[in-house]
Amino acid sequence: MTELDGLYALWYREFKVFLREKSRIVSSLFTPLLWIVVFGGGLGSSVSLGGTNYQVFIFPGILTMTVLFSSVFFGLYIVWDKRIDFFKEVLVAPLSRLTIFAGKTLGGCTDALIQGGLMLAFGVILGVSYSVPMVVLVMIFMLVLASAVVSIGLIIGSFMESPEGFNLVVSFLVFPLFFLSGALFPIDNLPSWLRVFTTLNPVTYAVDGMRGAILGISAFPVMIDLGILGGFAAAMLVVGSVAFSRMK
Amino acid sequence: MNDFSVATNRTFGEVVIETVGLAKKFGHLMAVDHISLSIREGEVFGLLGPNGAGKTTTLSMLATLLKPTEGTARVNKHDIVGESDAVRRSIGIVFQEPSSDDILTGRENLYLHALMYGVEANLREQRISEVLRLVDLQDRADSQVKVYSGGMRRRLELARGLLHRPKILFLDEPTLGLDPQTREHIWQYIRRLADQERVTVILTTHYMDEAEHLCDRVAIIDDGKIVALDTPDQLKQIIGGDIVRLKIKNPKLTPVKELPYIVKVEQTGGFVMLTVKNSSVHLQEILGLVGNAESVELRTPTLNDVFLHYTGHEIREADAEGGFFERAARSRSNR
Repeated sequence: MTELDGLYALWYREFKVFLREKSRIVSSLFTPLLWIVVFGGGLGSSVSLGGTNYQVFIFPGILTMTVLFSSVFFGLYIVWDKRIDFFKEVLVAPLSRLTIFAGKTLGGCTDALIQGGLMLAFGVILGVSYSVPMVVLVMIFMLVLASAVVSIGLIIGSFMESPEGFNLVVSFLVFPLFFLSGALFPIDNLPSWLRVFTTLNPVTYAVDGMRGAILGISAFPVMIDLGILGGFAAAMLVVGSVAFSRMK
Repeated sequence: MNDFSVATNRTFGEVVIETVGLAKKFGHLMAVDHISLSIREGEVFGLLGPNGAGKTTTLSMLATLLKPTEGTARVNKHDIVGESDAVRRSIGIVFQEPSSDDILTGRENLYLHALMYGVEANLREQRISEVLRLVDLQDRADSQVKVYSGGMRRRLELARGLLHRPKILFLDEPTLGLDPQTREHIWQYIRRLADQERVTVILTTHYMDEAEHLCDRVAIIDDGKIVALDTPDQLKQIIGGDIVRLKIKNPKLTPVKELPYIVKVEQTGGFVMLTVKNSSVHLQEILGLVGNAESVELRTPTLNDVFLHYTGHEIREADAEGGFFERAARSRSNR
């Protein structure tokens, strides 16, 4: 019972903080909006891909970007927690490290899903038509992606002492993940050296799956995408809980 | 405030904390140097010493936040290394550094703590308002912690440590930087916890009056070692008399030194410090022998004198002042 209460407590805290720091929401949506409106709109005025307007084509990629960025930077808050010693209070509580990790991950996934959801709603303006099963499937993809990437962020955060160090490591990781995911281009006809990277990049399967769900265009069957992404998320959750159990 | 200052007829239960040769080394620095002590249930135990004496390190080891370099300790019958989970379930700790979330309100911080420490759902609200009233924060409970003053934050931390009524409570400088009125409230509450709820309290302090009025037993700690350990009254007995402090030029000390009731004579600057048995009876005679004193001060010994006696130096209260507030100021609004 205590562990469940503790899990709820950790989630509650992250959620409260998220709601109170409105600037977080605005700043994390600003970059994706810039991409979809300016880059997508600009290039979309003369380019279409797979029979779809370019702006709409990259929309699933921008959804991925929203979840990817807000999830991974969630790990930054654990560095802050360590700084303000809030984490000491959590670590000395009679909770298992697994619960602490799970609570943090749930909190991060909630943040990421809300931001992804807002972005998804923005799709209506772009003329994307949704159905209920489609939205459910996309939300599932976003949740699985978020749990994987939040774990990555928390793993990095658990090793880092300074926010600057965290940002440095994360930007080396997050931009390659994004650009090599096929978020901005189709992955069918890539040169073989590039194809190696996109195939190895787990984020590719999030983009591909969501593009399949929303636009019906995908390089792999959607359920294969979900399976691969799910496997990756499971692995990251395991690594994350190990990293947390070692943390002092 | 004297109504809770004398340890009269208190009975303590079984041993709940026992350390054997507990030591912590940071690099070459021996922060805690093989400390052995045992503390009984219901006791208020003080670790008295200057900053850097190893008080907080000792507390951190007992609270399972630091692993000892050598030695062992059992807290509530559980080994602090091997059974750290069980130890954490029996203890509460109030850190010297602020560790509340400043984006949340005071009440929300307490609610989180109640959840994490397994306070039963039907007791949560009642306990929260109880501790808020205790530290006099009920009017500000719904403000975000970032607008609290340093003293208010400190009080919130204390309220949090008391919230789940742990069997053993660790307090790291519980009244650092608080105003006298709040300090006394806190002392009374700590006393009540120990006497009525049988909570064992281990606190660190560099305030002599806190050790003297609040603690059943005091360990004087300097350079990581315990130099003396006893009740405040017993510790003061070691001085062997009252302190007479004279401001005097050219004192005639030779005849004074030979008086049978003089325990100790010390001369520093323009002052003479005498330790005197039955001083009220003998003061007149001393003053007649020593010469023309500009001023005379007579007092019973304090723990400060005891500390000086054992360590050869005084605890400078200014040492630790501001530490908490500096950290609070630094950590605030930084994200």
